[in-house]
Amino acid sequence: MEEVTKARPSSAVELTDLDTLEAESIHIIREVVAEFENPVMLFSGGKDSVLMLHLARKAFAPAPVPFPIMHVDTGHNFPEVIEFRDRVASEHGLRLEVASVQELIDAGRIQVGHELESRNRHQTVALLEGIQNGGYDAVFGGGRRDEEKARAKERVFSFRDKFGQWDPKNQRPELWNLFNGRHRKGEHIRVFPISDWTELDVWRYLAREQVDLPSIYFAHEREVVDFEGLLMAVNEFFPLPEGAQVERLMVRYRTVGDATGTGAVRSEATHYEAVIEETAATRITERGATRGDDRFSEAAMEDRKKEGYF
Amino acid sequence: MPSELLRIATAGSVDDGKSTLIGRLLHDTKSIFEDQLESIELTSQKRGNEQTDLALLTDGLRAEREQGITIDVAHRYFATPKRKFVIADTPGHIQYTRNMVTGASNANLALLLVDARKGVLEQTRRHALLSSLLRVPHLVLCVNKMDLVDYDEAVYDEIRDEFKSFAAKLEITDLGFVPISALEGDNVVDRSLNMPWFDGQPLLGHLEDVHIASDRNLVDNRFPVQYVIRPQTEEHRDYRGFAGSVVGGIFKQGDEVMVLPSRRTSTIAQIDTPDGAVAQAFPPMAVTMLLEDELDVSRGDMICRPTNQPTANRSFEAMICWFDETTSLRTGIPYQLKHTSKWVAAEVEELRYQLDVDTLHRDLEAETLEVNDIGRIRVHTTSPLFFDEYRLNRNTGSFILVDPATDLTVAAGMIIGTGEAVTGSHSIVAENITFHPSKLSREERWGTLDTGGATIWMTGLSGSGKSTIATAVEHSLVSSGRFAYMLDGDNLRHGLNADLGFSEEDRAENVRRVGEVARILAESGTVSIVSLVSPYAAERDKVRAAHEEAGIPFFEVFVDTPLEECEKRDPKGLYAKARAGEITNLTGVGAPYEAPASPNLVTDPDLETAVRQVLGLLG
Repeated sequence: MEEVTKARPSSAVELTDLDTLEAESIHIIREVVAEFENPVMLFSGGKDSVLMLHLARKAFAPAPVPFPIMHVDTGHNFPEVIEFRDRVASEHGLRLEVASVQELIDAGRIQVGHELESRNRHQTVALLEGIQNGGYDAVFGGGRRDEEKARAKERVFSFRDKFGQWDPKNQRPELWNLFNGRHRKGEHIRVFPISDWTELDVWRYLAREQVDLPSIYFAHEREVVDFEGLLMAVNEFFPLPEGAQVERLMVRYRTVGDATGTGAVRSEATHYEAVIEETAATRITERGATRGDDRFSEAAMEDRKKEGYF
Repeated sequence: MPSELLRIATAGSVDDGKSTLIGRLLHDTKSIFEDQLESIELTSQKRGNEQTDLALLTDGLRAEREQGITIDVAHRYFATPKRKFVIADTPGHIQYTRNMVTGASNANLALLLVDARKGVLEQTRRHALLSSLLRVPHLVLCVNKMDLVDYDEAVYDEIRDEFKSFAAKLEITDLGFVPISALEGDNVVDRSLNMPWFDGQPLLGHLEDVHIASDRNLVDNRFPVQYVIRPQTEEHRDYRGFAGSVVGGIFKQGDEVMVLPSRRTSTIAQIDTPDGAVAQAFPPMAVTMLLEDELDVSRGDMICRPTNQPTANRSFEAMICWFDETTSLRTGIPYQLKHTSKWVAAEVEELRYQLDVDTLHRDLEAETLEVNDIGRIRVHTTSPLFFDEYRLNRNTGSFILVDPATDLTVAAGMIIGTGEAVTGSHSIVAENITFHPSKLSREERWGTLDTGGATIWMTGLSGSGKSTIATAVEHSLVSSGRFAYMLDGDNLRHGLNADLGFSEEDRAENVRRVGEVARILAESGTVSIVSLVSPYAAERDKVRAAHEEAGIPFFEVFVDTPLEECEKRDPKGLYAKARAGEITNLTGVGAPYEAPASPNLVTDPDLETAVRQVLGLLG
């Protein structure tokens, strides 16, 4: 069986780092569609979910993406992002499901202290209900291991029990690219196909592929106030604190989350190349710069993930 | 912008400064962010630590921070202008062998740490063995905390030499050493002024330059079909593409291919990527193949070449690492086994032995494997798998076992081979057989294939390091695109020579057969690399004569490791058994070894040098 092949290794058979990441992610996405009955992909319109969807389209081309997308909608949205979400879904003929936190609040299923508190935590309830209602057995999420230290420990295939919970001490070993997605009815697997991408990788790749993003990711002029170190947009979701100084600044968003808790950063980067330069030079993590919710304790993310957060 | 991705698995024992080293690499390549640094500075202060504890960067789970230990594999990322790096940081505790195995499974390079004050420990040896078992292609030993031994060259030399002699027993193809101080930053990113005697590269330079492109198997074409794409749209009504990731070889448009298990052949009509058709596909590209003919192909099938197929078998032997804490290995019960894109029911027929990873002792009496145990098993599957030996292909040679009762991944396996002993019929009657001449002359054959055959015959005592050198030479030749094949005496005794013992007659017959196989392979254009004790000068001379008669280059290589050293290494425990009287006739103890009078080469004790010397013979 040993044989005669004239293959000669050469520079022509090497992949760049971005091509390697792309190939690995596509492998994961295909594996899920091949092994699961009913997958769904979370899609917020944020850059990580835009990347994930772009990879999914590549994985099955020229066939359409063979699963729906789901948005967990806090009701506290940037209008630019919702417009983008709807446009992408219709352009690519994707079924869009919306798991609405607002509907659960209206139905009395979620108790909120006040209308404008951050609803990040409440997303878990809406997400789990959305998964259950749709009967989904695999849920693609855009989590990256470089984002946060609890995420750094997450598997690519992450098992969730009947209550949607994560047990970090009891994760399945993951070797080579042999993923174990076996589960019982009612359980599901969270799948993180872009685990190994860093923020800079995401930007470099999206720029290379010329992928469309919501406009708020690029520098624009906006009225903001400096609130405990976060640049908060002045809008209906953010009641001005007493004595707040409203400034009109050039800003952009590094992440897109609940509008009550997501801050902007000062930026002049109006296009991809400039964003990449800024990202390569930044000295603050994207969550540290923009997310109020991760600042409470060292284990904030770990605790939320155990409850079923993405 | 970085152009290549390097995956690193780190390992070390509890206090040797692994997390500090990773923190240092992240810090010095500016991959730590200010808010992360502030957060760990705060925590360090809260705990009353004087210095900022860089280890806090990598310990992500609450339990890890509370106990001050690392429990699970964590992934860290950093990049330099040359490369992007992914570190799988694995815990050093003995009970976390499974995590080390997990981290090593995808690694290009393993980074081991030792404390300069403590030297090579049991855990260092364990981690080196696991890296070797998982076939991590490159290994770097960092001798850390050099600042605490006054940057003394002698301390470093002693540790390096001790580790080298241990590593010689393992199958490690590329081994590097760096003396560092992770705390002070010596030789991590910048060359240390405290150790002018060290003329090698600092660690980061080594990580940036180590050549990994040849670690992939680009010779044996393997494409496990993952998913069938049928758009069934107006525009692509007849499109039927086989999606998957290339795990071996280079597939080109127009290549003749074979699909397993159907064994039907066709031609590659097109190789699609999301960015259009490409002329060729190689690992780890994710592509979609279109074939000229309409064949029935589905997930779990394997596309290869008609002239180069993987082994198709329902039975094979493998090394496994047991992962599950609540159950132990059981024979004769059904497990689910995942191999490439295929799930099959499987049972473990037999536990051959348990491997003591500290002494390399094989316990043939072991009855089961518990969590973190490693052993060799025989597996039987309900339908055939299409596999290669793990040492030839990490993708087609690996599998996981899942317990159907719990759905948990209970073990990971590395395939050794079918392991079936061929019962030999012993007739060598040649009287009434005429020689059937080939239509091809040697010049035509070698010229067309652009190759040239030869036999490298490595002789020496058991444990002298023949196979280690032979393996490295084979790897190097194949990587550079040359046909080469290792004929290992021990391996051949499982099949071709399974009927032979260790009497003088049987040893002679053993040498004769191996010599014949080597000569035939060389005739075909392959470099045969023979690793065989072959103790008798007369028998070796006969093989040389047969080669000379056929006009095929023959090089006798003497791996001249002294008996005391071989006995100290004793990788197979043979000397111990011979001294205990359990076996007789062991060459050097109970049987003679006749050293070659005028070998073509006597190898240097240093592996790298020896490999270069052997390669030098071929010109």
